[in-house]
Amino acid sequence: MKKLLLIAGGSTLVYAGLALLMGVLPGIMLSQTPPGPGVKPLTPLEAEGRAIYVANGCSYCHTQQVRPLAQDKVFGRPSAPGDFAYQTPELLGSERTGPDLTNIGARQPSAVWQYIHLYNPRAVVPESIMPSFSWMFAVVAKAPEGVSPVPVPKAFAPAKGVVVPTHEAEALLAYLMSLKQTPLPGADQMSASALPQPAPAAAAAGTAATGYDPAKGKALFSANCAVCHQESGEGLPGAFPPLKGNKAVNDDDATQHIHAVLHGVEGVVIDGVHYDSQMPPFADTLSDAEIADIIDYERSSWGNHGKPVTAKDVAAVRAKGK
Amino acid sequence: MQQIATAGAAKPEDRALAGVLSAYVVSATAWLLFATFIGVVLAYKFGAPDFAPGPYLTFGRLRPIHTNATFYGFASIALVGLAYYVAVRSCRTALYSVRLAWTGLWLFNIAAVAGTVALDLGFSAGDLEYREWPWPVRLVFLAALMVTAWNLLFTVARRNTHDIYLSNWYTMGGVLWTCIIAIVAILPWYQYGLGQVAVSGYYMHNAVGMWFTPLALGIFYYALPKLLSRPIYSYALGVFAFWTNLVFYPIIGAHHFLFSPLPWWLQTTAIVFSVAMLVPVLGGSANFLLTMRGRFGELHHSYPLFFIFIGVVGYLVGSTQGTVEAFRSLQAVWHLTNFTVGHSHLTMYGFVTFAIWGGVYALLPVATGKQPGQLGLALHFWMAVVGSFIYVISLSIGGTIQGLDWVRGLPFIQSVVDMQPFYIWRGIGGVLMFLSHLVFAWNVWRMTYGRGAAALPPVPAFADEEAA
Ligand code: HEC
Ligand code: HEC
Repeated sequence: MKKLLLIAGGSTLVYAGLALLMGVLPGIMLSQTPPGPGVKPLTPLEAEGRAIYVANGCSYCHTQQVRPLAQDKVFGRPSAPGDFAYQTPELLGSERTGPDLTNIGARQPSAVWQYIHLYNPRAVVPESIMPSFSWMFAVVAKAPEGVSPVPVPKAFAPAKGVVVPTHEAEALLAYLMSLKQTPLPGADQMSASALPQPAPAAAAAGTAATGYDPAKGKALFSANCAVCHQESGEGLPGAFPPLKGNKAVNDDDATQHIHAVLHGVEGVVIDGVHYDSQMPPFADTLSDAEIADIIDYERSSWGNHGKPVTAKDVAAVRAKGK
Repeated sequence: MQQIATAGAAKPEDRALAGVLSAYVVSATAWLLFATFIGVVLAYKFGAPDFAPGPYLTFGRLRPIHTNATFYGFASIALVGLAYYVAVRSCRTALYSVRLAWTGLWLFNIAAVAGTVALDLGFSAGDLEYREWPWPVRLVFLAALMVTAWNLLFTVARRNTHDIYLSNWYTMGGVLWTCIIAIVAILPWYQYGLGQVAVSGYYMHNAVGMWFTPLALGIFYYALPKLLSRPIYSYALGVFAFWTNLVFYPIIGAHHFLFSPLPWWLQTTAIVFSVAMLVPVLGGSANFLLTMRGRFGELHHSYPLFFIFIGVVGYLVGSTQGTVEAFRSLQAVWHLTNFTVGHSHLTMYGFVTFAIWGGVYALLPVATGKQPGQLGLALHFWMAVVGSFIYVISLSIGGTIQGLDWVRGLPFIQSVVDMQPFYIWRGIGGVLMFLSHLVFAWNVWRMTYGRGAAALPPVPAFADEEAA
């Protein structure tokens, strides 16, 4: 009996101690992490959307943790402890089959894009392997008063009727839009001192102010613009305008083009079409050199022939402000 | 359960034990088929995302159904069934309570069915790896664990041997520790925001390494000496591995959250002890391999031995890989990629599942007196080995490419495109694995309720444990 007590009881006591030390105690301590500056609790609608996100397992493909590593810069600043104060259950995730969503509300704020993408991701990103969440939408003969139908491209739209979001889709969208990082004073110094910094590709691009690099331009366009304007530059009819043959892109005075990329576009009629959706601003996420590369790529692709611009031109428009 | 003929010497308690083991193995096999069928569907969806649409078959719901059914349906039930058998035989006694064993089996199954249904309806506790089941369901699972712990402890307490054989250290420990893990995971008071991240790191690691690992090692320590008719190489080394595993393992959970906002010291501690884990892993593996010394030629004649051999290799390679992965420089590339999925299949499949199969093929025929056919054994073995090899290799290569794509700063979608060929290879490996499970099910049927290939002479069922 003594032996049994020693082996079973002794090891269990040791284990209980370790479980307290490595599971419960860190849990107690970290549960009290105060919210970071500007981090707010979710509204009821956003919380509902979060529950839908959990129920459908979005986090098996999407993380919500930005690491202090160069390759994570595209997703936002490194996550800080205070970011998670209102995030229970935690959704940090363990796999990035799709992009990190920590800051998706800032990176992709277009509701129209989000709806089309949720309805069928392949309608906007042909190579996507994300599931379709079309059951969160209804197909009706006519959109009710005050609701704009989702401009799903023909190939993906139902044969008859129009697609409108249900309450479920609206809640999920509200949650996605709530995923916005708050500015963190001193965040940069923190990550710089905590880590060895491999030379980040983005920083290197920022210094290459002279000359246009077509490969870089194409990559930046794919990463930032193609989900809406498409790799073909043809956009999606009724949702996102074509850049192929676009007036602003081919205009020798590039001010409007640069302004559009820096500050976004809203409510402008292009080629007689009014677009419900908005073009997001990129002033905060892309450097002048990167924007110049993208613009030159657009101006020299798909049969376009606009005069190229330099990072200096972009800086000049940026200096003028909105 | 009367149909389970125990050849010749059919003492009632032998027959009851054979009945319990058969029921656990059959039940586990059903879960294996279900869980891995879902796995194949998931693998297919990576190439055809519009296949099987709608909420009930969507990727994000089937994914936790697959993992939880594998963990708590298949592996847990199989390991507990084997642990009972090993306890009874190595202690030369009878099962403390046959009825409790059946109660436990029912509870395990109720939990797994309820958990599966809940997840499919969208009732998830929150995408918290391996504890997605709603907490009432996890309470049922906890009840099953407690019933098992009670039954195992009292069986060992009634032993007719002087010593407690090493296998029982691991199995009793595993069940008791896991009760603690389950309780820590359920209580909510210290699980807000980042606090829950810390608990998740603790949980997802301990649920694997303090549950499946010790029970699978318990099988090795019993079945290897039995199959080889020679004692374990070093009993003392086994005891040493037991205590070091117990002390080091629980500390390393946070290595699942490297570079996260968890405190840096917690992450660094986890890395340091991940390296310390080499001690019990190398010690344990060496012990098993040395027990087999000079007898590797027999692998070809004895598939049970071959299964266990692969299990030992899986333990050695998978655990060592885990240590390597924990280094920050490598995690910077591999973390969040498919490399991790490859790793978890190397360990849960290459190690734990092969250990279970070795144990089932070594012990079940002795209990029931019925053998599976040689062809069935060969088919199961080779398809499972080749399938899992393809699976792990393709995801390891693909995951590395994925990680390097990110490091090079390519547009994200490039990493999705680059994974496509590897997703296809993973699917091919997965289908082979699933086919091998169909053969396994056939073999189990022949060893239990069906007609065995050849009746065995009744073997006096004692391991050579006392020789140690
Ligand atoms: C099978 C894995 C998978 C699942 C499950 C999944 N996604 Fe995705 N998701 C992807 C992939 C791959 C991409 C990148 C390609 C694309 O944009 O479609 C993506 C992209 C996205 C994007 C755009 C991100 C960006 O940076 O442009 C959003 C937003 C998104 N997913 C939201 C969701 C939501 C919400 C859910 C759950 C309702 C979900 N995803 C479920 C794989 C998945
Ligand atoms: C969320 C989808 C979306 C993304 C991403 C996006 N755009 Fe746009 N873009 C739009 C929409 C919508 C409009 C039209 C807005 C309007 O007319 O009110 C537009 C308009 C434009 C225009 C103005 C065309 C004109 O005739 O005035 C340019 C130029 C442009 N986008 C370039 C870019 C570039 C370069 C990027 C990448 C850095 C980009 N867009 C990313 C949606 C997007």
